[in-house]
Amino acid sequence: MVYHERAAWAGLIASFVTVGVYVGLVRGAEGWIWPMVWAIGVGVAVSILITIVWGIFAGIRDREDATASDLRDRDIARMGGRVEQAFLVIAGLGVIVLCAVGAELFWVANTMFAGFVVASIVGGVARVIAYRRGLA
Amino acid sequence: MVKPTRVTNSIRAHREARGITQAELARRIGVTRQTLLAIEGERYSPTLELAFQIAREFEVPLGDVFEYPSM
Repeated sequence: MVYHERAAWAGLIASFVTVGVYVGLVRGAEGWIWPMVWAIGVGVAVSILITIVWGIFAGIRDREDATASDLRDRDIARMGGRVEQAFLVIAGLGVIVLCAVGAELFWVANTMFAGFVVASIVGGVARVIAYRRGLA
Repeated sequence: MVKPTRVTNSIRAHREARGITQAELARRIGVTRQTLLAIEGERYSPTLELAFQIAREFEVPLGDVFEYPSM
């Protein structure tokens, strides 16, 4: 498995962990800020950790392929980015609408957070499918 | 499942006829083994430039390696 495919899997797993941590923390907390900060922090840390550990094992198996990337990786990354962008635009528009109607900060922040998470999950799934099943 | 590409190829047959491994051909054309595997399995369409490089490695015209069905 090439570096970018492992990174796609790591990002996907980290996105689910981020959602899990946020939902778990925000239910018992009074505010949303620290649960969100923790969730994002844990998500980033999990993504880095998976990438490093997986990279070490991949490097032991096949040192050359473990770090290599080529035009197929770039094509898949571009496609995944386009998918993510669509969801970020929807979330951004949602935030503008919420600001326009004077919604509480909680809803503004959570709409953007949801947009990031959904974009990351859908983009990650699109990348993984492209690696596994193919890309035209 | 819908196939991601209609381009078919005979890379594997050409490669095996010349005794070239996937890793060796991938190295010669500058892609990862996984990408060559995806091209051979018709799960990824190579760029025109890469297709020419592959055909050149086998010293045959492009049409001998890649085909595109008329329908």
